[in-house]
Formats: sequence, C-alpha cells, structure tokens
Amino acid sequence: MSKNSFKVLRPGINTTFQDLGRDNLYHVGLPFSGAIDKRNFLIANSLITNKEDDAVLEFAYQGPLLEFSGNQTSIVITGNVNFKIIKKNNSEIKGECYRTYNLNNKDCLDIISTEKSVYGYLSVKGGFQINKFCNSYSTTVRAEVGPNDGKKIEIGQTIILNAVDSAIEKSLEYLNSKIEFIRVIKGTNFDYFSEDSIKDFTSKDFIVSKLTDRMGMRLSGPKIKNLKKTNIKSEGLGKGVIQVPADGDPIVMLSDHGTIGGYPKIAVVISADYDKLAQCPPGEKIKFKIVNLTEAENLYKIYIMETKNIINKIR
Amino acid sequence: MIKNIYNLGDAALYCDFGDTVNKETNLKVINYFNDIREKNITGIKNIAPSYNKLIIYFDLELTSYKKIKDIVQNLNISTFKAAKTKLVKIPVCFDDEFALDLERVEKKAGITKKEIINQLIAQKYFCYMTGFIAGMPFLGDIKEKIRLDRLETPRVKVPKGSVGITEQFCNIYTFESPGGWNIIGNSPKKIFTKDPTKLTLIDPGDEVEFFEISKKEYSKFNEQK
Repeated sequence: MSKNSFKVLRPGINTTFQDLGRDNLYHVGLPFSGAIDKRNFLIANSLITNKEDDAVLEFAYQGPLLEFSGNQTSIVITGNVNFKIIKKNNSEIKGECYRTYNLNNKDCLDIISTEKSVYGYLSVKGGFQINKFCNSYSTTVRAEVGPNDGKKIEIGQTIILNAVDSAIEKSLEYLNSKIEFIRVIKGTNFDYFSEDSIKDFTSKDFIVSKLTDRMGMRLSGPKIKNLKKTNIKSEGLGKGVIQVPADGDPIVMLSDHGTIGGYPKIAVVISADYDKLAQCPPGEKIKFKIVNLTEAENLYKIYIMETKNIINKIR
Repeated sequence: MIKNIYNLGDAALYCDFGDTVNKETNLKVINYFNDIREKNITGIKNIAPSYNKLIIYFDLELTSYKKIKDIVQNLNISTFKAAKTKLVKIPVCFDDEFALDLERVEKKAGITKKEIINQLIAQKYFCYMTGFIAGMPFLGDIKEKIRLDRLETPRVKVPKGSVGITEQFCNIYTFESPGGWNIIGNSPKKIFTKDPTKLTLIDPGDEVEFFEISKKEYSKFNEQK
C-alpha cells in the first residue's frame, strides 16, 4: 500500500512547515520562527485532534494547490481563507474554515487566497512525515533550516503524510476579529524621538507597506524623527520589536527577524496583539496605543483564556 | 556587573552592561549568558548576548518580568571563568572578484590593497557575538588604519561568504543577505554548519585568525556553492 501524500501542483507564495517555534538559538543567529498567528495554529491542531505542537503548513496570500493520494485523510484550514475541494469526479465543494473535511484518493485541495489577512494554516490528521531540526518543525528559510531542507514548498514535490485510520468530523463557530489599536510598550530608546513624533506614533494611522514578509513589516506614515542618534550599538531583537531607522519609517520585527540590529527601538508590540498585527495585509491602516507592563501582562492572560475558550467550543 | 535591567516588551529582560564596547564588558555578557543557560531557569526561552547587552526572553504563560528579574539580579556569577574558547583559522580570498569594496577602502584609508590585506591578517580577533543571520560572527578590533563607516547605501544582496569591515569590527556573511559593510574578500569556509551538535564554527568569546588564499585554492575548497 502506498503512503498518503500530497503532490504540490502549485506551491503558493510562501508556504512553509511551522510549529510553535524553535527556542534557545538566538545566540547563534536563529530566531524563534514558528507559526506567525499562534491562535489560528493552535485551533487548527485542536480541530483535527493532533498534538498541540504538531507541524502545519502555513501559507501567505495565495496558498498551495495539493492533490491527495492514498486512502483517505482529514484536513482543516484556519484563518480567513478562500479555498475549495475538487473531488475526483470534478465536482467542487466550497471550503469553510474551522471545519474538517475528508479527502479521498485524487481529490484536490485548492487554497485560493487569504482574505483581508495574510496567513492561513492547513493541518492534516496525523501530521506530516517530516523531521525536526533542533527540536522544532519550524522552517527558517533565510538560514535554510527546518523541514523540507529549510525551503518553502516547491512545485512538483511530494509531501508524505503520517498514516491515519479514522476520519475526523469537527467544527467551530469562529470569526477572526480586528482590534481598534495595536497595543505597545515603550521601547528601550523611546526617549530618542521628538515629542511631536511620539504624538504622531500614538495618534496617527500607519500603513502596512508591501515590504512585509515573515521577517518584518515595514510601515509608512508620519516620519518618526530621531533627536539623539539613528544608530545604536548592535544588540538583540525580538518579535514585535519596532525599530526606527534613519529614514523614519518604523519596522516591526516578525517571527523570522534578524537576531541582531542597530536601529533604535521605539516600542514593542504586546504579546497579546502580535497575531493580529502580523495578520494585517499591505495597505491596511493601523494605530498604536501605549500600555504599561501590568496592562500588557493582564491582556496576555485574557488572550490565553480566550484561546482556551475558543478551543473548548470545538464540536 | 549588570548596570541596569529594563523590560523589552512584556516577555523579555533587557540587561545593560554599560555603554562601552570592549572585550572586558563583552566577556561579562558572555559569562552571564553561559551561566544562565547552564542553570536552566524555568520559563526562559531564549537568550541573546551582544557587545554590551543581554536580552533574556521568557514564556509569559509560565513566568513574568518581575520573577525573572529577581532571579537574574540574585545570580551569583563568577567574575572569572576558565573560558572554553578556541582559535579558528579562516581562509579568505581577496581576489578582485570578491573584494567588492577594496578600492573604496583604499581611497578612504589612503593605503594600498596589499597593506589593507596585511593589516587584516596580521592579528587575531575576538568574537563578540554571533547573529543577525545564522552564524554571522562579529569580530574585533581591527587596526585603526582600516576602520571606516558603513556604505552610504547598503547592498540589497551581499554574496554568501563575504568578509566585511566597518568601524572597529569585521564579519563574515554566512548567508546571502542585505548589508552595508565594506566587502574586502570572501571565505569558502562553511561557518554555519547545520549540525545540531555544533551549529557554528565560531562562538562568542572565540579567537579568529584570517589567512590569505588564492583564487585557485578558493575553488578547490568547494565547501559552498
């Protein structure tokens, strides 16, 4: 009997294996990586009844077109995603996110696009037959590490699935909500910037530019004026850190960011709002609001509780 | 030892060891880094040492800024430790094909190419930190004569293996990457190994020495594409 597998008929723009990320390697220059939208990642694995930290395929904008070979498998897609299943007899099923589907031999899964968002997740019952690198299934393309030789999924390749015996039928009522503000904590160089610029930073709209990928998100809007110095001694960075280079356009570090940087840090996105910020596609307007550490810690507790509540609603 | 501790966002500790960048300060950072790693403190997920800072990332679900700060402030870090460092010898080809900015350095420094190369290979360097891209070593201090600023306009793509200099530092681009350092040569040596037991050839605290190889020797090395 041949193994369950997907043949990649179209890879999508940026499709990679991801899990919860890779710890403890900042000092060699490897960022956490991992699924950008942690909540949607966790929901995907819960819906398909996989382990919490099993690998998923993360896609951005346009997703992959996959042809299934094998007996049958169950899949789920999370995020805001337009997709369809093309059955072997050419009939089409319009896909709904947060609902499991069974695929039979020669069915195709066409993940057309993410809608008003960037990232979506495909989880398959039993997971993929891939290897961990340094305790994680996450792919860091820039360092060429992780499953699939550290590469994005490519056209024509075969993705082997772990064998499963039972079909899954689960669903969840869930809508990805937007928030009015992206909340931030003052950065370690907050006082480098002019009073007017701080006012702009916390009151005006910033637009997500096209220079955005898993490494970082470049924003445009009012120029942030630095009064002190535009370069600092290179030091560590983390996801959510907002740096402002000499040109005055802020850059938010995302999960695949360079681990060391020398631009002043104006602010850091709070952990509770990271998923929502990273899901903003180019052209979307965002507003920042400063909160203190205690508020941020409480907001994260709420985020964790909400995620658990959502997962508990799976039927 | 640590001058100040701040929070960097809600899930990281930003430890400041003072403004000066020198070997002495950096060794303190590396000592703290090694000690905290060995102690396996609950909730700590990642530690990023740099010239004069140490950033400690923790899992906000398991712990908090206050808890980790208390632990770090009360650590008993020995001021001197027998360092487990090594000397790494790196071959570099300075052929015109690789030395993209050697002419610029020649003009700015007012010395010949040969002299620049001799200045670079004449001494050992200290590895302050690794990162930005996987395995990239930040080495120093280079001789005063060859110190200069970054390029006015950074390159979009610096070739893999490029050896660059700026200010008091030199480095090796372990992967193709954007960058603004002055490129004066290229090394065929694989620095980021991808071997999980030994990911990088050069670790913080190590000593590095460059030696010149010809273009023919470079091709023979054939360790990278």
